[in-house]
Amino acid sequence: MWPPRSSSAAQKHRSTGLMGLTLFDKLWQEHLVEQQPDGTDLIYIDRVFLHERTGSIALSSLAAAGRRVFCPQQVFCCMDHIVDTYPDRSDDTTMPSGRDFIVATREGAQAAGLNLFDLDDPRQGIVHVVSPEQGIAQPGLTLVCPDSHTCTQGALGALAWGIGSSEAEHALVTKTLRVKRPRSMRVRFTGELQPGVTAKDMILYLIGRHGAAGGSGCAVEFSGPAVQALDMEARMTLCNMAVEFSAFTGLIAPDAATLAYLQGRPYAPRGEHWTAAEAYWRTLYSDADAVFDAELEVDCGNIQPQVTWGTSPQHVVDVTARVPAAVSTDVVSTDAVSTDAVSADDASTDAGDAAGRARALDYMGLEAGAAIAGTPIDCAFIGSCTNARISDLRLAAAVLRGRRVRPGLRAICVPGSMQVRAQAEREGLDQVFRAAGFEWRASGCSMCFYAGGEHFGFQQRVVSTTNRNFESRQGPQTRTHLASPATVAASAVTGVITDPREMLSQ
Amino acid sequence: MKAFTVHEGIAAPMDRANVDTDLIIPKQFLKSIKRSGFGPNLFDELRYLDEGQPGQDCSGRPLNQDFPLNFPRYQGASILLARENFGCGSSREHAPWALEDYGFRCIIAPSFADIFYNNCFKNGVLPIVLSEEQVEQLFAEMYAQEGYALTVDLQEQKVLTPSGEVMPFQVDAFRRQCLLQGLDDIGLTLQRADAIRAYEEKWRQQSPWLFGAIK
Repeated sequence: MWPPRSSSAAQKHRSTGLMGLTLFDKLWQEHLVEQQPDGTDLIYIDRVFLHERTGSIALSSLAAAGRRVFCPQQVFCCMDHIVDTYPDRSDDTTMPSGRDFIVATREGAQAAGLNLFDLDDPRQGIVHVVSPEQGIAQPGLTLVCPDSHTCTQGALGALAWGIGSSEAEHALVTKTLRVKRPRSMRVRFTGELQPGVTAKDMILYLIGRHGAAGGSGCAVEFSGPAVQALDMEARMTLCNMAVEFSAFTGLIAPDAATLAYLQGRPYAPRGEHWTAAEAYWRTLYSDADAVFDAELEVDCGNIQPQVTWGTSPQHVVDVTARVPAAVSTDVVSTDAVSTDAVSADDASTDAGDAAGRARALDYMGLEAGAAIAGTPIDCAFIGSCTNARISDLRLAAAVLRGRRVRPGLRAICVPGSMQVRAQAEREGLDQVFRAAGFEWRASGCSMCFYAGGEHFGFQQRVVSTTNRNFESRQGPQTRTHLASPATVAASAVTGVITDPREMLSQ
Repeated sequence: MKAFTVHEGIAAPMDRANVDTDLIIPKQFLKSIKRSGFGPNLFDELRYLDEGQPGQDCSGRPLNQDFPLNFPRYQGASILLARENFGCGSSREHAPWALEDYGFRCIIAPSFADIFYNNCFKNGVLPIVLSEEQVEQLFAEMYAQEGYALTVDLQEQKVLTPSGEVMPFQVDAFRRQCLLQGLDDIGLTLQRADAIRAYEEKWRQQSPWLFGAIK
């Protein structure tokens, strides 16, 4: 967020040159070409990703200006935002004029000699799923994409962040960006997650406790034993929603799990290059005496499955809790009402957000004080760069196996990439989804957002594994409840918002 | 890009926190690979009573008369007063394009989301951060006085209210310069090409796998 909070203790600390560095400091310093007289830093960008929605604009604009891409082999184009996810899809899309975006991206990529994961490519999928899957995102590199969820890729220990189309042009042409150095924050997750609680619940819980602007202006490092215990895909889910916390980006220090994940992937280094890379990657952690501008700690033992009730990711409660009132002092009741949204450290956010909460309750068609579990839903959606990797599909399938979606409810699964889809089919998960009554789709961003193409119906209530519950995000006046794949699957079965733990334990 | 030096214009309210870019320009209207023509769909959900369709002529659509931008007093407004975390959510540059196409040259808020803030400067729109108290004061004065207009002087980095009160603001020197002159920052950065190449050579030595292992 702008402005960054003033007074950087960490900056003073760094300037002494004697003390430890954070992971972010190390990545930033390695990529600093030069400091500009105006106080911004010229940062070298190792890799650029584009997708057909914003990438097409950047590429057309560049061509119109007669400018060339500095290093085409380091640029990767994905088709994910506008493409349909019906199995027999083509360049023609449900969204009017979608073909223009797809063709412009394809032609722009071919003309400039960029890497392209086209619609018919078996590697096609959502940019933030494809990049790690192909080994393109790696520890210690900088990566940008004109897409706000680029922070997902920080899970590998990369410095990856979302930019606009004009900045993408700047990165393509100059291999750099002018950036004001963000502040640093560390969020330590301690304790152990309870069974049935996932990385999605961790990040929603964090945002619920500290607000949708809680990480504003900060590069947020997620650390602590509960983060180290997460597999790589769960780490991506955690970092994915750093932007919903208003962070500049999220990142996690690479460890043995990161290396094991990367080794052998198509774009990962091999042989001597791997050895050299690994030696460097092992230096990428925050020093014990590093100082952060801000630190938060979350005990994972307290986290229940989370579900949003409103129109901001900070409008979130335990699935066992009740919908809070607009004014938080009214909501504290004796039973299982979550303290998350009404915690003391959040009081200022609450006061300022009272009008927002009232509007959200009205928009969502919910009564303050009602239990969130049991709220009838119209649709269930499993997909997006947040939660559509193979481990997410396995988790949802564990709930769905031998069960059926409640009749009349529309349930859709859109794998994060065609590779994820193929893997799921090898494991027979597609059969589980289909048998349960889920539509089984090709890959793309799909109905994570309403882009003029396919969408959920007017005011339909959707429980969704995606990342944004904004007004009309998934269709006209749709009412989105964000949750984990387990919670979405369990809710699809019962037809109402449901705590997944009972079904998972059976 | 249009240069921005001194601008005087009517102020209009967007009186809610965390206005996200979906609200500024809903995704279904991002139908063109062009950068212009998004103004009629700015704040579409709030502005019209019907459900807008991409490609539709908006001139005959029913207006939401409760939405301030539709009030007669705010017609022709070019300065938007907003609340905290304005422009959060999706990175779409269509948000400043839509604001600019509608006629807004300046947005004043206590804070902005990062990507949106950057995107504004790239498109001739000046985002100004003032304190919560100052923004509150501007809102109050605007509500109290029809035709309330502000003068924004980027050269002097000041907002001037009708009563003559001066509110200084901060802006990065580089961004200010680019906006004052309507300059394209890519051209300026290319002047640093030697430094970039020198860095790249050093980085290639240090991290050969980033250069060698592709393809």
